[in-house]
Amino acid sequence: MADQSIPIGGSLDVTPRDHERVPLLDRLHEWVVTVDHKRLGILYVLYALFFMAVAGAEALSMRIQLAVPNNHFLQPELYDQFFTMHGTTMVFLVGMPILFGIANYIVPLQIGARDMAFPRLNAFSFWLTAFGGILLYWSYIGGFGLYGMGNAPDVGWWAYAPLSTKPFSIGPTIDYWALALIVSGFGTLGTAINIIATTLSMRCKGMTLLRMPLFVWLMLVVSALTLITITPLTAAQVMLLLDRNLGAHFFDAQAGGSALLWIHFFWIFGHPEVYVLVLPVFGVASEIIPVFSRKAIFGYPAMVAASVGIAFVSLGVWAHHMFTVGMTSVSNTFFVLSTMLVGIPTGIKIFNWLATIWGGKVRFQTPMLFCVAFIFQFLIAGLTGIMLAVAPWDWQLHNSYFVIAHFHYVLVGAIVFNIFAAVYYWFPKVTGKMLSETLGKWHFWLFLIGFHLTFDTMHFVGIMGMPRSIYTYEANRGWGHLNFIISVGAFIQGIAVLIFFWNVIVSLRKGKEAGNDPWDAWTLEWATPSPPPAYNFASDPVVHSRRPLWDIKHPDDPDWKYES
Amino acid sequence: MSAIPVSPGAENWELPYRGKVAMLSLITGECAIFTIFVVGYIFYLGKDISGPTPAQVLDIPVFNTICLLSSSVTIWLSERQIERGRIRAFAALWALTLALGIEFLIGTALEWKKLIWVDGLTIRTNLFGTTFYSLVGLHATHVVIGAVGLLLVLIFTLTGHINESHTERIQTFALYWHFVDAVWVVVFTVVYIVGR
Repeated sequence: MADQSIPIGGSLDVTPRDHERVPLLDRLHEWVVTVDHKRLGILYVLYALFFMAVAGAEALSMRIQLAVPNNHFLQPELYDQFFTMHGTTMVFLVGMPILFGIANYIVPLQIGARDMAFPRLNAFSFWLTAFGGILLYWSYIGGFGLYGMGNAPDVGWWAYAPLSTKPFSIGPTIDYWALALIVSGFGTLGTAINIIATTLSMRCKGMTLLRMPLFVWLMLVVSALTLITITPLTAAQVMLLLDRNLGAHFFDAQAGGSALLWIHFFWIFGHPEVYVLVLPVFGVASEIIPVFSRKAIFGYPAMVAASVGIAFVSLGVWAHHMFTVGMTSVSNTFFVLSTMLVGIPTGIKIFNWLATIWGGKVRFQTPMLFCVAFIFQFLIAGLTGIMLAVAPWDWQLHNSYFVIAHFHYVLVGAIVFNIFAAVYYWFPKVTGKMLSETLGKWHFWLFLIGFHLTFDTMHFVGIMGMPRSIYTYEANRGWGHLNFIISVGAFIQGIAVLIFFWNVIVSLRKGKEAGNDPWDAWTLEWATPSPPPAYNFASDPVVHSRRPLWDIKHPDDPDWKYES
Repeated sequence: MSAIPVSPGAENWELPYRGKVAMLSLITGECAIFTIFVVGYIFYLGKDISGPTPAQVLDIPVFNTICLLSSSVTIWLSERQIERGRIRAFAALWALTLALGIEFLIGTALEWKKLIWVDGLTIRTNLFGTTFYSLVGLHATHVVIGAVGLLLVLIFTLTGHINESHTERIQTFALYWHFVDAVWVVVFTVVYIVGR
C-alpha cells in the first residue's frame, strides 16, 4: 500500500486564473452557461441565501404584527400571504436548494470525481429550481386576486383543500403556488437523480460504499428519499390544477370528492420532506464533529444503517400530522408507534456524535459550536416530537404554537444551525479565504440567544392555547408578554444573520488565506487547492480507507490497518 | 487537461453505468407519481354521485394491450440486435416497437373519442371521469414521450448515427419503455378489471 497517489497541493496542475481581467458581462455569461458542479453549487447557495433573506423578512414582519395584542402592523390578507410564503419559501427555495447546493459542490470532491455524473442535467435542474422560485414570487405582481392587485398564495404552505380549490381561492394565486412547486420539484428530482448516479457510478478507485464519507452517504439516502417524496406532491398538485382549471372533482366534496385525500397526499410528501431537509445536516455534523474532535467518527456502520433506517421509517409516519382529522383508533395507534420508532435510529446518531466528541481534543471553532448546539437542540426537538406523536397530547396541542415551536426547533435549531456550520466549514475550500472567527462567534452566540428566546417561549404560548396562523389576539389572553419576547428573539436572530452576511462580505475581501486544508481534515476535498480547479483532480485519486488524508499524513499509522 | 493518468490498483474497479442508475432512479420517482394517481382512482371507485359508471361505458382494450405489451418484446429483441452490431435488424425491430406504441395511442384516442362524444364522459362529468382521464392520460403522456424518444433514435439509426457502441444508451432508453409497459399492466388491472 505504498503507492499513495492522492494528489496534494503541488502535484495538481493548477492553471493560473483570476489574473487576467475578464469583462463583467463575459464573467456573468460564464456563470449562466456553466455546467461545473462547483459553480452550480455556489449558485444554489447564493440563490438560497437570497430567499432566506426574503423569507426571513416575512417572518420578522409577522413577528412585529404579533409582538403586541390587537396590532395592525400588517393587513390581515398580507399576514396570510406572509405565513404561506414564509413556509413555502423556507422549505422549497431555501432548505432544499442550499442543501443540494452544498452537496453539488462537496459530493464529487469527497468521492474523488471530476464532476457530477450529468453536468448538463445539473445546470438544467438548477435553472428549473431558480425559475420555480421566481414564478412563486411573481404572484405578488402577476397574480390578480379579489383585491385587483398583486396577490400571493395565502392558504398556508400545506394548501389544504377545499380552501385551495377554485370556489374558495379565486384568481390564479394557488395556480402560481402549484406550478412554481411543480417546476422546482422537477429541478429537485433531476438533482436527486444526478447525486444518486454520481455516488453510485463516479467514485474514485478504492472508494467502496462503506468507505464513503458520511455526508455522501446521507446525500445518497436523501436523494433516494427525494425520488419518492417530491413526486407525490407533484402528483397531488397536478390533481389540484386539474380541479381548479379543468373542473375535475378530486377534492370537490359536492361531487363526492374528498378533501381528506389532499391532506393524506400532502403529508405523504410533507413528512418525509422534513427528513429530506434534516438528513443532509446529519451528514454535515458527521463530517465536522470528528474533525473538530480529532477523532474518527464513532460507529460508522451504525451511522449508515441508522440513516437508511430513518429514511425507511419516515415513509410510514405521515398521518401523525392528522390525528385531529378523526381516524380510526387502529390508524392512530399505528402512526403513534411508527412515529416513536423514528426515535431509535435518531437516538443512535445522537449517541454516536456524543461518543465521537467524548475523549476527543475538541476545538471549539465556529463550525463546531454550531454543531454542538445542533446536537442539543435536535435532541429537544426530538423530545417534543415524541410528545406530539402521542395522539391525545396532539389532540390538545394540534395547530397551536407548540407545534410551531417543535418544528422550528428542527428546521432552525437543527437544520439552519448546521447549514451555518457547513458554510463556516467549507467556505475556506470554496473561496480560499477563512471566515472571521470573531464575527463567527458573534453570529453564533447572538443566533443561539435569539433562537432560544423565540422558540423556547413559543412552547409556552402554545401550551397556553395560542393557535397558529392567527392574525392577532386580544390583550386579556395573557399571551402578550411572551409574544413580545418571541419577537425580540426573532430580531436578535435577524441581527445575527446580518452579521453572518457581513462576515461573508468582509472575509471575501480581506479574509485570511485558507490554504488547502485549514482544519487539518481527512476527506478528499481538502486534498485539492482552495478553490479547487476545474475538474477538481489532475489525476484520479485512489483511497484505501475512510480517511484518505489521514493515511497520507500518518503513513506510520494508516486507517486501513484497522478498518475491516 | 490532456490525458488522465490511470492510477495503479485500478484493474478491477467497475461501477454501474451511470445512465442506467439514473434511469432506474427516474423510474422509482415515476412509480411514486403513478401510485398517487392509482390510489386516487381506487379511493374514488364507486363513489360517483352521477353516471356514467365504468361498467356502463368501458370496453376492455384487448388489442391495444396486446400491442403495447408486445412492444416490450420487440424492443428487447432490438437490444439484442444492436449488441451484436446488426444495425438493419435493430432498425426494423425498433420501427416495429414505434409502430406498436403509436397503435396504442391511436387506440386510446379512439376510446376517448367514443367516451366523450357517445357516452358524454369528460373530466368534469363525475369522479370516474376525473380519475379515469387523469390516470389513463398520465400513462398515455408517458407513451407519447416514449414514442418521441423512439422516433428520435429511429431517425438517428436511419441516418447512420447509431452503432453497437450505443448499446448501453439504447438499453437505458429501453428500460423506460419497459417501465411504461409495466405501468400499463397496473393501470389495465385497476381500471379495466378491478374497477369495472
